[in-house]
Amino acid sequence: MSENSLHYHYVVPGDDFTRAGIASSAVKKTLKQLGIYPETVRKLSISLFEGEINMVIHADGGEIDVWIDDEKIVAELVDKGPGIENIELAMQEGWSTASEQVRGLGFGAGMGLPNMKKYSDELIIDSTVGVGTKVTLIVNIVK
Amino acid sequence: MAEYFHSVTLDKDACRGCITCVKRCPTEAIRVRDGKARIIAERCIDCGECIRVCPHHAKHAVTDPLSEIEKYKYKVVLPPPSLFGQYKRQEDLELIRAALCELGFDAVYEVAAAAELVSDATRRMLEEGELIKPVISSACPAVLRLIRIRFPHLLKNVLPLSAPMEVAARLAREKAVAVTGFKPEEIGIVFITPCPAKATAIKNPMGTEISGVDLAVSVSEIYPALLTAMNKCALEGTGPDTSQSGRMGLSWGNSGGEAAATFTVRYLAADGIENVIKVLEEMEDDRLADQDFVELNACPAGCVGGVLNIENPYVAATRMKHLRSYRPVACNNLSGDSVPKELLWDAEVAPIDALRLDPLPERSLEMMREIEKIEKSLYGLDCGSCGAPSCRALAEDIVLGFSTEDACIYLLKDKVDAVRSSMLSLKIDSRDKSGDK
Ligand SMILES: Nc1ncnc2c1ncn2[C@@H]1O[C@H](COP(=O)(O)OP(=O)(O)OP(=O)(O)O)[C@@H](O)[C@H]1O
Ligand code: SF4
Ligand SMILES: [Mg+2]
Repeated sequence: MSENSLHYHYVVPGDDFTRAGIASSAVKKTLKQLGIYPETVRKLSISLFEGEINMVIHADGGEIDVWIDDEKIVAELVDKGPGIENIELAMQEGWSTASEQVRGLGFGAGMGLPNMKKYSDELIIDSTVGVGTKVTLIVNIVK
Repeated sequence: MAEYFHSVTLDKDACRGCITCVKRCPTEAIRVRDGKARIIAERCIDCGECIRVCPHHAKHAVTDPLSEIEKYKYKVVLPPPSLFGQYKRQEDLELIRAALCELGFDAVYEVAAAAELVSDATRRMLEEGELIKPVISSACPAVLRLIRIRFPHLLKNVLPLSAPMEVAARLAREKAVAVTGFKPEEIGIVFITPCPAKATAIKNPMGTEISGVDLAVSVSEIYPALLTAMNKCALEGTGPDTSQSGRMGLSWGNSGGEAAATFTVRYLAADGIENVIKVLEEMEDDRLADQDFVELNACPAGCVGGVLNIENPYVAATRMKHLRSYRPVACNNLSGDSVPKELLWDAEVAPIDALRLDPLPERSLEMMREIEKIEKSLYGLDCGSCGAPSCRALAEDIVLGFSTEDACIYLLKDKVDAVRSSMLSLKIDSRDKSGDK
């Protein structure tokens, strides 16, 4: 990212559903103030929200960094959770390891990662079992 | 463009600059400057929240005085469904209808009757399947303006039908012309408004060029006179039931009434402006995609919670439930198979660009960097003493040129402290020098 990009940092607490979505709605507000094309704002906030929720549900929280410049929005979601054993499997629609309890809350349809893929221009997942996961999301800004 | 009329206004003398409204405004549209609140016109949605919370009653809604009806040769009053929930000891709709005529109106046209037509049209359009789901109700003008400002992406989901008030106005005028033979402009269409948003929507209509309503008289103004008239009519006894609406139309006065009348089971109804914002946030991110219809009302409990009403919203809602139970399901249906085009919007409802920092993207980015920098230099107390709702809002105001860092009393104190200590060190310096001599 260029030196001039805007940078935001968020700490996502684990297992706190009431606060999940804070990063994505804050970024959404900023993007609207920047006059970014609504469809771009939507893409980013849908995918960032899914990433945020995944950190809460599967990884006991983590940290998010977001950079915005005039070409793209980059979000890096880093956690020290259990990691993803089989990324290819995790990317499949409907595949989920969510607990019964989490499903009861309306999550765990196995649609988060596929949606992140669909709504971002680039999705990079770097995960090591027992160490953690780093998800990088990129959404290009349409002018 | 002519200046946008807002019904919500400030009584400068009564305002104490306490920042209660600044903190509670859902669109951050109020600032205190020179000790008085000011409303930022582009951002205000006339939801009436500031009227509700002002401890000094300095915010009020501009509406038309009842005496204005004398301008017209033939006067038709449009009572909204919520009006029927305002009075105790009221057995039926007829009493209010009779009392309205007692006050000088020549005819009554219930907004609830028009609401039943709008419901019928909504059902047909949902069935035809050409609407983008979830369909968002367009009846509350405060919500509609909020969507235009903050959720422009969702405008495509908004039901492109006139609000019941407008439909009622149009039909009432047609009927009055037919009955009297007067010219349309000799007829006065008077809406009894529960809220400033409707009064604003009459001056600045959305979805149509010109509103069919001539005057908006507030419920709070008409309330006492109507009560006296009702007592008189109750003694004299009312004639046969002439009321025009059924349960379906009357239920539009409560949150959920409009949605239930769509006959879909996949609906959501939210009321209270903060809840409405949360729902719109969810919708914007596709998280309510499984719903067919979303009804949103700026006021708690729906229009019964309109800030110009007298009765507690929940009491009024309960009373209306009782009143409705004596009514048929509906009294009005559209004739023919299609939705008449008079019910459809005939003017574009466009986004309002009030959030963007600057029309130039590069400039916006630069300003945002500046905002972040200033925000970091502030204390993050969100105390409101500067007149802005939060430190973040002050940072934005500074960069937009509406305020300065000196507005922050903590930064000012730091400055004063710095000056004081440099003055103290000055003194020591000069003593040292004199000692040298
Ligand atoms: N940050 C993460 N740490 C560990 N595992 C993860 C993480 N993110 C995703 N996963 C794994 O990948 C699976 C699929 O994730 P995905 O977001 O697609 O679905 P889900 O979270 O289970 O359900 P949904 O997102 O529909 O609520 C998860 O069930 C989980 O096993
Ligand atoms: S909910 Fe009803 S009373 Fe309240 S602002 Fe909207 S239209 Fe007016
Ligand atoms: Mg998920």
